[in-house]
Amino acid sequence: MSLPDDYLVYPKRRRGMDHDWYEWRGQSDLPRVDWPNGAKVAVWPCVSLEFFPLNPVGRPLRAPGSMVTPYPDLRHYTTRDYGNRVAVYRLLRLFSDLQVTASFAVNSAVAERYPSLLHDIIVGGHEVIAHGIDMDRLHHEELSSQEEGDLIESSLSVLKRFTGARPHGWLSPARLESSRTPALLAARGIEYFCDFANDEMPYEFRTECGNLTAMPFSQELSDRQILIDNHHSEDEYAEQIVDSCDRLIQESRTAGRRVLSLPLTPYIIGLPYRIATIRRVLTVLRERPEVWFTGGDRLHTAYTTSTHWKSR
Amino acid sequence: MTRRDPELYDYWPYRNRPKIVWPNGAHVAFWVAPNIEFYEIDPPRNPQRQAWPRPYPDTLNYSLRDYGNRVGHYRMMDAMDRCGVRGSVSLSVAMCQHHPELIRDGVARNWEFFSHGIYNTRYSYGMTEAQERAIIEDSIRTVEDATGQRIAGWLAPALTHTERTMDLLAEYGIRYTCDLFQDDQPQPVRVAKGRLISMPYSLEINDVIAYNSYLSTPRAYGDMIRRQFDTLYEEGAASGTVMCIPLHAYLVGHTHRIGPFEEALRYITSHERVWITTAKEIAEYYFEHYYHLVQADISKRSGVCAGGRP
Repeated sequence: MSLPDDYLVYPKRRRGMDHDWYEWRGQSDLPRVDWPNGAKVAVWPCVSLEFFPLNPVGRPLRAPGSMVTPYPDLRHYTTRDYGNRVAVYRLLRLFSDLQVTASFAVNSAVAERYPSLLHDIIVGGHEVIAHGIDMDRLHHEELSSQEEGDLIESSLSVLKRFTGARPHGWLSPARLESSRTPALLAARGIEYFCDFANDEMPYEFRTECGNLTAMPFSQELSDRQILIDNHHSEDEYAEQIVDSCDRLIQESRTAGRRVLSLPLTPYIIGLPYRIATIRRVLTVLRERPEVWFTGGDRLHTAYTTSTHWKSR
Repeated sequence: MTRRDPELYDYWPYRNRPKIVWPNGAHVAFWVAPNIEFYEIDPPRNPQRQAWPRPYPDTLNYSLRDYGNRVGHYRMMDAMDRCGVRGSVSLSVAMCQHHPELIRDGVARNWEFFSHGIYNTRYSYGMTEAQERAIIEDSIRTVEDATGQRIAGWLAPALTHTERTMDLLAEYGIRYTCDLFQDDQPQPVRVAKGRLISMPYSLEINDVIAYNSYLSTPRAYGDMIRRQFDTLYEEGAASGTVMCIPLHAYLVGHTHRIGPFEEALRYITSHERVWITTAKEIAEYYFEHYYHLVQADISKRSGVCAGGRP
C-alpha cells in the first residue's frame, strides 16, 4: 500500500492557519475587553435542549445521546425526554434561586413540541440561541447549500415564533458542521456561533457572507465530557469547574478579562443525584466577586462594544 | 514479509546492569517533551489511518487541537518556566511556518527542538524510502532554519513507522529515537550503520494516554506523575533512570488541568538528585559515558538472553 508522490505536497504550509476562516492569535495577543461592573471572568451557562427522534437516520453519524438499541429504543428516547420535562425545571429553579442568567440552545423541534417550556425560559429572563432542528438533522458536507440553508432558516424562523425575535447565536447539533455552515449562518443574520472549541475568548471568524464571532464554548468542561465520557464523579466534576474558574480569575490579573463557558445538558446534570452538585458549583462561583454570570447575547454585546486591541 | 520481532534491540533484563550515574550524582535524568503539533483540517488520505474521527470538516476535533497552540501552550510554558524546566519539543516541523511565534518563544528559553514529522496528519505507513528520506531531510532543514539547531531526536509523526525508520534516522546522524518503549534507561538500537539509542519517552505518563485513554482526572494524572517519579528515583540509585513527561498543550493546558500538573512538576524538581535536562543532553552524556559500556554488557549477556536476536 504505497502512497502517491503528492502525499508530501503541502499547499497550505504557510503562516497562520491552513484555512481562511480566522487568524491565528496566541494568548500574548489578546484584545482588552471590559465586563460589566469590573468583573474579571464571565461565566456563561448554556443549557442544550435537544430532541432525539426515536427513528434516527444517523447521517452522517448518530449524535451523542442518540438512540442506541434496536427500534424502538424507548430507554434512550425517554431518558432524553426526561431532560426536557423534569430535569430542565430543576435547572430553571436553580437559576431562579441563584438569580443567574443562562443561555438555552434550543432545537426548534423542542420549541414546537413543548411551547410552554420556551415560555418558561423566556419568563425566567434567559436567552435562547438556535440549535438546529433536532439531533438527527445534522449539518454535514453531503447536504447541498440549499438544503443546509433551509435547515438553518427553518430553525431560526420557528424559534422566532416562540421568542418574538430571530436568535443571534447558534450552536450546531452535535457541534457538527459542513464547510459551508459558517457562511450560511452569517448570511441568515447569525452574529455568533459556538461550534469551535479552540479559544477561551471570542474571536473574529470570516466567511464569504460576512463575519461571525466565534464564541468560546468548552467541550472539555461540558457535563457530557466529564460525567458521561470520562466517567468522573460528581465531586470531580465540581472540582474541575471551580478549579477552572479560579485559574481564570488568577490569570485575569495579567491576561485581562476571561470567559468560562459552562455547557449543561438537563438529562445529565439535572438528575436528582446530580442537581445538588451543579447547585453547589454555581453557588461557589457566584460567591466570587470577580465573576459575572451572563447569557451569550449579553456576553457577545459586552465583547463587541468594549474590545480594544493593544496593537492596532 | 513481516517480522515476528522488530529486531531493533536485544533483550536486556533489568537486574545487575552497569551503574549509570547522571551528572552531579543524579538518580533520574528528567525531561519534559511538549508535543507542538499541527493537525491539518483536510490532509491527503493515507489508506492505513484516518486523520479525524468525524467526516470532513471535523471542526470540533480540529478546534480542540488548535486550542493547544492558541491557548494551552502559553499556560504549559508558563508552568514549566515557573519550575525551571526547559522543553525538548517534539515538533510538527510545519509549525515553523504556521506559528513561528511559538518556535521563537522556545528558542528564547533555550528549549531543544526535535522532529515529530512534518504534520501530525501525515503518516509514514506506506512511505517509500525516498518519501521517508524526504521527511527526515525536510525536518533537518526546517528546524535548522527556524532555530539554528540540528535535530538530535525523532518521534515519528503520530507514531507511524516503517521497517526502515531507525536505519534512516541513524544514517542522517539523528542520535535518539523516542519511538521505543521497552525500557526506563536508554539502550543502543540496532541499525544498519551509525549509532542510535532509544530514549525513554512514555505512553503512560503522557497526557494523551492519561486523559484520552485512561480518562483520568487532573489530580489523578498529577498522582501518576509523582508515583512514577518516586519509583524511578529510588531505582535510579542503583543505576540512573530516565523519566520523561510527554505533553500536549491541547490537553494539559486546560484551566482545570494545569494546576495539578504544575504541582507534580514542582514535586519532581524539588528533589535533590534529579538532573533536569533535555533529551539531547541525556543522549550526549550517554554516548560519551555509557554507550560502549552498555553495548558490552548486552553482548556479554546475549548468549544467555537470546530473545530479540534475529
